[in-house]
Amino acid sequence: MATTDTVMEHHDVQNGDAWSGGQAPFRASYGKLMMWYFLLSDAFTFAGFLIAYGALRFSSPTWPVPDFVFSTAPFGIHHAPLIFVTIMSFLLIISSVTMVRAVQEGHRENKNGVVFWMLMTILGGAGFLSCQAWEWTNLIGAEHMSVTTNPFGTHTEDGVYLTADGKDSDEVFHAGSSYLMHKAGAGHGDEHAEEGHAAADYSPGDHPGHFVDEKGFIHRKFRVTEGPDAGMVKMEEFGPKAFGALFFFITGFHGFHVFSGVVFLFIIMINAASGLYVKRKNEYEMVEKIGLYWHFVDLVWVFVFLVFYLL
Amino acid sequence: MSHLSYEQAKKVVYRGLVILAVVTLVEVFFSLLGKGHIIEALKHMPVVHYLVGLLIIVLSLYKAYFIIYEFMHMRYEVKGLALSVLLPTVLLIWAIIAFFQEGSSWKGRRDQVKEKNEIPAEGQNSQQGMISDDTYRLDLKS
Repeated sequence: MATTDTVMEHHDVQNGDAWSGGQAPFRASYGKLMMWYFLLSDAFTFAGFLIAYGALRFSSPTWPVPDFVFSTAPFGIHHAPLIFVTIMSFLLIISSVTMVRAVQEGHRENKNGVVFWMLMTILGGAGFLSCQAWEWTNLIGAEHMSVTTNPFGTHTEDGVYLTADGKDSDEVFHAGSSYLMHKAGAGHGDEHAEEGHAAADYSPGDHPGHFVDEKGFIHRKFRVTEGPDAGMVKMEEFGPKAFGALFFFITGFHGFHVFSGVVFLFIIMINAASGLYVKRKNEYEMVEKIGLYWHFVDLVWVFVFLVFYLL
Repeated sequence: MSHLSYEQAKKVVYRGLVILAVVTLVEVFFSLLGKGHIIEALKHMPVVHYLVGLLIIVLSLYKAYFIIYEFMHMRYEVKGLALSVLLPTVLLIWAIIAFFQEGSSWKGRRDQVKEKNEIPAEGQNSQQGMISDDTYRLDLKS
């Protein structure tokens, strides 16, 4: 029944010395070993990105506070810091667990089990990607963050905002508090009814209470109340530029890994369902290899989650 | 390769799910605590920020260890394989120290760097770019 082209050759581990071939190094198959080294190199790529993030964050006088930036969720939820990304983390953790289950069923040569748990893993990965798509859409579409523009700023002094006619309002803020610059005439997802929010003049140019730049971003003016510049009127500035570029690049690169993972999981699930790996009689090693990759994607997310959202 | 029975291995997996989920929730809790979302007063205490940051980093490293050793089965591989994959990552410790040091040094010199970048490049003797005049240069006149 078995034909030579579908049956993997089993390595004869005990035969001959180390230099005569036939021995698997580290008692792992070629594919698994190379997957480990690929993942090691990929880990260095991600580490490079994340260390660049750290270095640029250290080099900036201020940095957007993550629990302020990432505080929106679908269905109109606002001011819910980190809740949405926690759900995204759970999706990846759960899909990692279902992947382990698929590998275990593979060791038992249980074809239906493998296909079922791989399907669950694919659903988890697709769910994660959908969440990320929503997060990006919200950041780009509603909050107007881009690779070069970062409307999330941080106050460096205590102060009080001015009203539309240039007088002190009762909106007081402290050094270190965050703000999101809005765009004139565009919704920003968070439709709070501030005093004079809609009534004021938001045409480009200088106004008593705010300055509107040519792109339409509203720089609110405020009076500094403490420190050497006390009494001066200043306006909100953009946050550090690097934040947007780093965020979209690193989470995008990770999202691309998740996407490729889902594609490969899908191909391998189809192969498993077709009975290809039954014929190989190697305990579904292919599932094990894509499993290593999938866990790695989860592993990277642990650190992306750490540096972008938690710290 | 796994030395556990199927039933045991299954139990380990679901225990892993609980561990990872709980550790993640603890991380998010402490992150919000450090940012002053739970107790307002903690917002302006730098010591709390550093302690919470350290704790979150340690918890993340534990998660990474758990994923590699349990889910990726590193625990059941030959020691040489584990070492050949894990030892190179030690290099990253130096990368982190060096680049973060570079970053904070840049922060302190931003004004200086900006000033020097704005020096006009005209004239033979005027200082150009970021290399200052007192920087050591090879003197070829002998």
